Amino acid sequence: MTPLQRVGRWIGDHLVLALGVLVIVYLVVPIAIVALMSFNDSSGSRNVYKFQEFTVSNWANPCKPEGLCDAVSTSIQIGLLATIVATTLGTLAAFALARHRFRGRSGANMLIFLPMASPEIVMGSSLLALFVAAGFGGQLGFWTIFIAHVMFCLSFVIITVKARLSGLDDNLEQAAMDLYATEAQTFWRVTFPLVFPGILAAALLSFSLSFDDFIISNLNAGQTVTFPMFVWGAAQRGVPMQVNVIGTAMFVIALALVLAGGWNQRRRATAKAA
Amino acid sequence: MRGRLTGYWLFAPAALWLALFFAVPLYSLVATSLFDPDGSVLTGYDVAWAFGNFPDAISEYWRPLVRSLVYAGIATAICLVLGYVLAYAIAFKAGRWKNLMLVLVVAPFFTSFLVRTLSWKLILADDGWIVNTLQFVHVLGDDGRLLATPVAVVAGLTYNFLPFMVLPLYAALEKLDPRLIEAASDLYASPARAFWKVTWPLSRPGVVGGVLLTFIPAAGDFINAELLGSPNERMVGNVIQNLFTTTGDYAAAGALSVTLMLIIVAMVVAYARTSSTEDLV
Amino acid sequence: MSQVDEVLHQHRERAQTRDLRLEGLTKEFASFTAVKALDLVVPTGTFFALLGPSGCGKTTTLRMVAGLETPTSGRILLGDDDVTYTKPYKRPVNTVFQNYALFPHLDIAENVAFGLKRRGIKDVKGAVAEMLELTELSTQATKTPGQLSGGQQQRVALARALINRPEVLLLDEPLGALDLKLRRSMQVELKRIQSEVGLTFVHVTHDQEEAMTMADVVAVMNGGVIEQMGSPTELYDNPRTTFVANFLGQSNLVAGEIIGVDGDVVKADMHGTTVSVPRERAHATSGKGWIGVRPEKVLIARTGERIDAPGNHMTGAVVTDASFIGVSTQYRVRMAWGQEITAFEQNTGLREVLAPGTPVDVSWRPEFAFLLDASQDVTAGLGEV
Repeated sequence: MTPLQRVGRWIGDHLVLALGVLVIVYLVVPIAIVALMSFNDSSGSRNVYKFQEFTVSNWANPCKPEGLCDAVSTSIQIGLLATIVATTLGTLAAFALARHRFRGRSGANMLIFLPMASPEIVMGSSLLALFVAAGFGGQLGFWTIFIAHVMFCLSFVIITVKARLSGLDDNLEQAAMDLYATEAQTFWRVTFPLVFPGILAAALLSFSLSFDDFIISNLNAGQTVTFPMFVWGAAQRGVPMQVNVIGTAMFVIALALVLAGGWNQRRRATAKAA
Repeated sequence: MRGRLTGYWLFAPAALWLALFFAVPLYSLVATSLFDPDGSVLTGYDVAWAFGNFPDAISEYWRPLVRSLVYAGIATAICLVLGYVLAYAIAFKAGRWKNLMLVLVVAPFFTSFLVRTLSWKLILADDGWIVNTLQFVHVLGDDGRLLATPVAVVAGLTYNFLPFMVLPLYAALEKLDPRLIEAASDLYASPARAFWKVTWPLSRPGVVGGVLLTFIPAAGDFINAELLGSPNERMVGNVIQNLFTTTGDYAAAGALSVTLMLIIVAMVVAYARTSSTEDLV
Repeated sequence: MSQVDEVLHQHRERAQTRDLRLEGLTKEFASFTAVKALDLVVPTGTFFALLGPSGCGKTTTLRMVAGLETPTSGRILLGDDDVTYTKPYKRPVNTVFQNYALFPHLDIAENVAFGLKRRGIKDVKGAVAEMLELTELSTQATKTPGQLSGGQQQRVALARALINRPEVLLLDEPLGALDLKLRRSMQVELKRIQSEVGLTFVHVTHDQEEAMTMADVVAVMNGGVIEQMGSPTELYDNPRTTFVANFLGQSNLVAGEIIGVDGDVVKADMHGTTVSVPRERAHATSGKGWIGVRPEKVLIARTGERIDAPGNHMTGAVVTDASFIGVSTQYRVRMAWGQEITAFEQNTGLREVLAPGTPVDVSWRPEFAFLLDASQDVTAGLGEV
């Protein structure tokens, strides 16, 4: 092989990877900019979309903009509640679909699939239409957002947990029963520990979907303000840099959770191998 | 093995929630779309079987409607190309960096959609380096800009929904046995032919899933159009949102919403004929 | 006393009478019957093999014994206890699953201890260590199943079941996932462990060589029923059906007209030659029949040369193919009536390999032949796995 061919071959082998890395950069750069802007001192300028001067004051006083921390707290409360309810109901439903035969399965699949195939604006406006028709038009707020969030998280929980369940070897549960484990012991000693990563993933997904939702919340929020709604409102006037602090903090916490999960898994594997 | 009714009991709560807060609202939405168009927040609304709402709304708002489909279509096409390259790289070329790359693909989900979209305002800013570079090479005129143009809106849509394309594609490619590609090249297929005859058809479930997961939310989105575009880039989502929250014209908003839903359902059915809902779920 | 009776008798003497008995056991699924009115006794302490092609009902039978499948009708008894409807976790029966079904979230020691712990035994350390010793896994105790090789996983599955000292150990194709060489050494290993612990093993397999190597008693299953049961030699030497003749080793089956019983033998006319078959190997006494003979029992020689067999020589045959396999040569020989039969010959060096086209005479010792009812499909069991 001539050197030239070798270079050509190396490029051929690495071109796809290099292009892939470029796409990753495209995905990650905006996050880096959010992080950068969280250190921006915008007090001297009206242009909030340009880096002026380095400061840590945004991080020191994240609650300074009026309403920001209230909105974040509302979002966290709704997120936690919606996650608990959606994960519980969704996990039960996933067990039903994966483990039990029943009539109307295709209808059930449709009911799960359709919310994922509907644009948020349609789901949001339908719910609003329902609430108005039912006479709740004046009571929109925390609980109507919660109802909406559980609704759109459910489908994602069901498919995530169901995927984990159907990836599970049936023989494992039969082996447990064969080895003197009662139905309850089989469930808690074998099935649940093996499905748990799926349930955890579904819960994390639910929380992030809920925390991030704007379109549906905005239509059904009444006077309640969630974090994305605060950002939306602020975007009309000029976004306070503290919004970037919240964005960056969320990112760091989520990344830490994911890395800790992965690290924990690897540590257990190597500890057992040693 | 277990009680015959257990399945129903386990499924019932979720089914009830989805029925009450997804299916029934869809019915309310259809009812709303047939409201008397003269109703208002003050006078109240009546279902008047006003089918005329549909032609009225469509003739008034056909531009944003078409624009939504076009922008979403372009963004989906770009996502497919970028997403395929990335998913292929992760599945076959990443080696020990595979997990890191996957984490980076979902990284955007870790921070807020709106905050990320706002940062594109900075990237595409009029005195930012992208605009300056494009002006320097005369792709843009001296006072040309990217913000408040369709380019910015499509770039934002592409960026925001790219992970939804990458993940199903990766899932499909990851299952593909690389020996199949070797077998194809052993059987005299050039790399290009091996790709089109083996890799592409086998990754089709991922393509179908990715396209749907990208196109549907993109078509209904209005955040990118609002934050990165100008009134000239208004999409149907902006219109519906405004009609509901500001104007209070529920009849027109309902009619537009139902129309959008019908268009999307028709496209999904036409597109996903080959794969059943069981596969998609 | 037949060989199988002898084997069974020995086992009976050794153990208490906790035999596994299946009575009229039937399992019907929505569209077909997997097991049809099966009657079977597995004496305590036997290594018992259920052999048959895939879909013959052997795994369903095993799963019913394990309690993982409920029979449609019939009974399963362990000694005098009816366990037909007993929950799987209440039967003194354990299973080695086909793909092992090791718990991926538990390490090897925890996998092995699982059964004891579920039965409320607190101190399991000693028993686990002993069992890991027996299966040569002591150094793997803290690994997870994913870190072990196929052979090691197989031994974990075995240890996990054996530690409970079940009255019956069920093995569902336990060696199916291993490569040939490992499979052979595990066969020896399993046999050793079985004789060491002295438990009843019921082994399901589609590999006739595996069944014959390991089992004291083999039951050949086909289409939900047991075609024949006996010791490996008995089944091989004296098959009762064309299915057994073809599935267990190879057979030459030649059509003939049965003449009748003549003293200790049954005589038949085979394309003009009268052949005799011992009485106890004749499973038909009138009408048409299949005269069967195993390929290694078929003797051939150049036309006119001596063959070491009494009785008739069939002339006018021609070698059509000769495959040299090292220890033996496999001949295809076209008989005068046009049928091709197979003959295996040890390469003793007494004679060179006969080339295709060589005219030969064919014979066999009458005591090695068997006679089957011609109403059966002559190709039953061919090419099935």
